[in-house]
Amino acid sequence: MKGTEAFQEILPLLKDEPVVHANGYICRESFQLQDRRGNFYMIGSMGLASAIGLGVALARPDKKVLVFDGDGNVLMSMGTLAMIGATAPKNLVHIVFDNQVYESTGSQRSLSSTVPLEEVAKSSGYPVALKATKREEIKPAFEKLMQGDGPGFLLIKVDPDFDPKTGRVTHTPEEIKTRFMDALSGK
Amino acid sequence: MLSSQSFISRLTENGFNFFTGVPCSLLSGLISSLENNQEVPYIPAVREDAAVGLCAGAYMAGSLPVLLMQNSGLGYCLNAFTSLNLIYKIPTLVIMSWRGCGGKDAPEHIIMGEINEDLLKTAGMEYAVITAENHEQVLQQAILKIKEGLPFTLLVKKGIFDERH
Repeated sequence: MKGTEAFQEILPLLKDEPVVHANGYICRESFQLQDRRGNFYMIGSMGLASAIGLGVALARPDKKVLVFDGDGNVLMSMGTLAMIGATAPKNLVHIVFDNQVYESTGSQRSLSSTVPLEEVAKSSGYPVALKATKREEIKPAFEKLMQGDGPGFLLIKVDPDFDPKTGRVTHTPEEIKTRFMDALSGK
Repeated sequence: MLSSQSFISRLTENGFNFFTGVPCSLLSGLISSLENNQEVPYIPAVREDAAVGLCAGAYMAGSLPVLLMQNSGLGYCLNAFTSLNLIYKIPTLVIMSWRGCGGKDAPEHIIMGEINEDLLKTAGMEYAVITAENHEQVLQQAILKIKEGLPFTLLVKKGIFDERH
């Protein structure tokens, strides 16, 4: 499955949930397909998407909060999985697009071909940790996580075939923050 | 010496309502006060940069966050401060212990103790050294910067707060 196909499965299922995006192609792909005010595009600070999402989820327990993460980001901050497991926010859904490479820097391999990240999440205390390898598995897994109590984790295995012509996020960092905060506060 | 309990009260009275960090003995009284406080959360972080991310998320979701850490974690945080807080204008109050201040500490703290202020200045991170005399004034200075969307660091030398360890 192509990464873009995984996004095409999930994006139509979103309502007004805040979604924290990891840096790199996660941001760019999602921005190109469906820009939303509720999207926080983390353009730097690699590794911190899960921590940012956890902060949002803890401060707004009334909202389902999503993180769109990458394997490189998760591997960089595996300790944050422990923080999520320990604080156990029911409203957090952590989705990882796992292409097994650092694609935006030239497709150097990551470690996720041998480290099963969904098992790491499970061991860290996520009550539900699912894995999808086929496009048709995504929607039911996503809906299960959105309807149940979290923190939930979904690992989606995708091919490393991002289209490098896909543009970068054009909003400034301050615009991204302001839109995201306005969307969260219902403005 | 300042009372940790009283200072935490001053923070909560000023609206700070989300606390996280990585411990330091110099901050042990503050963290102990937070852990006994039922009004506000204290989330133990695994690493200082994860705490920076946590604070950023909490701030964007309407909280006013505080990060407690030892200066040995400053290196881990520099990318987070420069590519998250400073460019998105996401404020956080950082309470950072100044280990190695004046060159008198365990060997692992000496170099960071010496370059601590220069590193903050170079990164564009505003800070003040908190004392028993100026604590209210620097807190208000920090709050003004936070309202401008900037992180602000209070550097804590040994002996400023009562310790619990």
